[in-house]
Amino acid sequence: MQLICILCPRGCHIQIHPGKNGEWEVEGHGCKRGRDYAIQEAACPLRVFTTSLWVDGGAHRLVSARTDRSIPKDKIIESLKLTKGLTVKAPIDIGDVLIKNIAGTGANLVATRKVDRI
Amino acid sequence: MSVKTEVAIIGGGPAGLAAALSCYRHGIRNIMILERDEHLGGILQQCIHNGFGLHWFGEELTGPEYAQRFIDEIRKTGISCLLNTMVIEIKEDKTIYAVNSRNGLMEIKANAVILAMGCRERTRGALRIPGGRPAGVYTAGMAQRLINIEGYMPGREVVILGSGDIGLIMARRLTWEGARVKMVCEIMPYSTGLIRNVRQCLDDYGIPLKYNHTVIRIHGKERLQGVTVARVDDKRNPIKGTEEYVSCDTLLLSVGLIPENELSEGAGVKLDPITGGPIVDEFRQTSVPGIFSCGNVLHVHDLVDYVSKEAEITGEGAYRYINGRSPSDSDYLQVIPGKGIRYVVPQRIYGDSDVEFYFRSNGIYKDGTVELTDGEKVLASKRLMRMVPGQMERLILKRELLTGVSKTKKLQLRWRNRNEEDDAECS
Repeated sequence: MQLICILCPRGCHIQIHPGKNGEWEVEGHGCKRGRDYAIQEAACPLRVFTTSLWVDGGAHRLVSARTDRSIPKDKIIESLKLTKGLTVKAPIDIGDVLIKNIAGTGANLVATRKVDRI
Repeated sequence: MSVKTEVAIIGGGPAGLAAALSCYRHGIRNIMILERDEHLGGILQQCIHNGFGLHWFGEELTGPEYAQRFIDEIRKTGISCLLNTMVIEIKEDKTIYAVNSRNGLMEIKANAVILAMGCRERTRGALRIPGGRPAGVYTAGMAQRLINIEGYMPGREVVILGSGDIGLIMARRLTWEGARVKMVCEIMPYSTGLIRNVRQCLDDYGIPLKYNHTVIRIHGKERLQGVTVARVDDKRNPIKGTEEYVSCDTLLLSVGLIPENELSEGAGVKLDPITGGPIVDEFRQTSVPGIFSCGNVLHVHDLVDYVSKEAEITGEGAYRYINGRSPSDSDYLQVIPGKGIRYVVPQRIYGDSDVEFYFRSNGIYKDGTVELTDGEKVLASKRLMRMVPGQMERLILKRELLTGVSKTKKLQLRWRNRNEEDDAECS
């Protein structure tokens, strides 16, 4: 399998295929994290997702947010649906948890922007 | 109102913030940031995706988080930040005219000026795409602002022209928000964005990226109805018979960024026609002594981490200038792009410290070396497995290697394939 590593802007081209003794054979990675990424990607691709939520009584209309760790790629759309129609109250600080354990992934959706109350 | 300052910084985005902090660390206390928006952080505030800060902070942050770390530092220093303030003119003697609704017209006399105004997007007008003028044609950054800051959805069925990073990021963002992104057309045979963005923004969602394709017509009267796309030949002219109609209500343009240098030109700063930004030395001093430039107003970067790094250099430059340790024109060595290289920054160097060159290629190159020569010997080189225009590269020149190199010589940065013989014609 041909992959492009998404961990850093370098974008290494990685080849991964099953080797002997049930281990993966990985080539083309520029660092150890790239090797781990390839093995994870072959098993279950993980991604961080980012979005923004409506704010009530804040200095900005929206607050940006991200998951505090990567979640399975096929859980992203389901997670996003949970953010729709949700309004959070200002003030909000960076790192505040907006949704706990989103879609049962174990990841929290956290604020990435400070929004003062007005 | 007339005020004096040691350093005035034009723009409070990532470049301006890092430049201000660097000035402060060099002991300068009278620093002023002039920002036209109502908040600091610049474009980072609308770049809510992650991927920032891996080099600078050693962790992956979103745009607003990256900005906030610098803003928090600024707040600790007491550097004065004038928000909602528009600079309308900079004079060669470093007098700045600016306006805001609180102070009216201000005259600011600065010892040194750091230009950090960033860049703007190329628009439909610059591309001259024929057709109607319906609603629904946006630059990618405008759509990003609408979705992430204002909370409006620009449309439901989308075609994106150009594979710059903002376009790629917006393809994913629009998909996540429920829009259907039908395709990304790229006129070149390669993407101008980072390859990891092609992977995680397009491939992950099965969005086709059509190389050698462009939009040749815009259809619709009130609202965009569709676009005609066509394949192009190697001179980028549309090929007859390859036209295809694609219905859509939204067209995003991600077709390049232009450094915003009207103020610089007004101050008499000389520009590099390739980068669209000022010609600078290694401290990012422009052709006007005491005026410095960094970030996307100097040349368009792909990573904010290198914007911060570049901006830091200007703090040292401003400090040296204020203390009367600035080189004069005859002290400089010219640096010119050679084979395979589109541009190199800085374009001239003084050479009393190590210099890191930032450069981009003019095409796709595989397995070779980038080398800096004085025409006789190689002063610095770096092995690269790939060199692509979408990725800025760097090369460090050690100061001691410049001893004995005559100032009348020109340094050249060039690409050499791995198997290439020593080729005198190259130099």
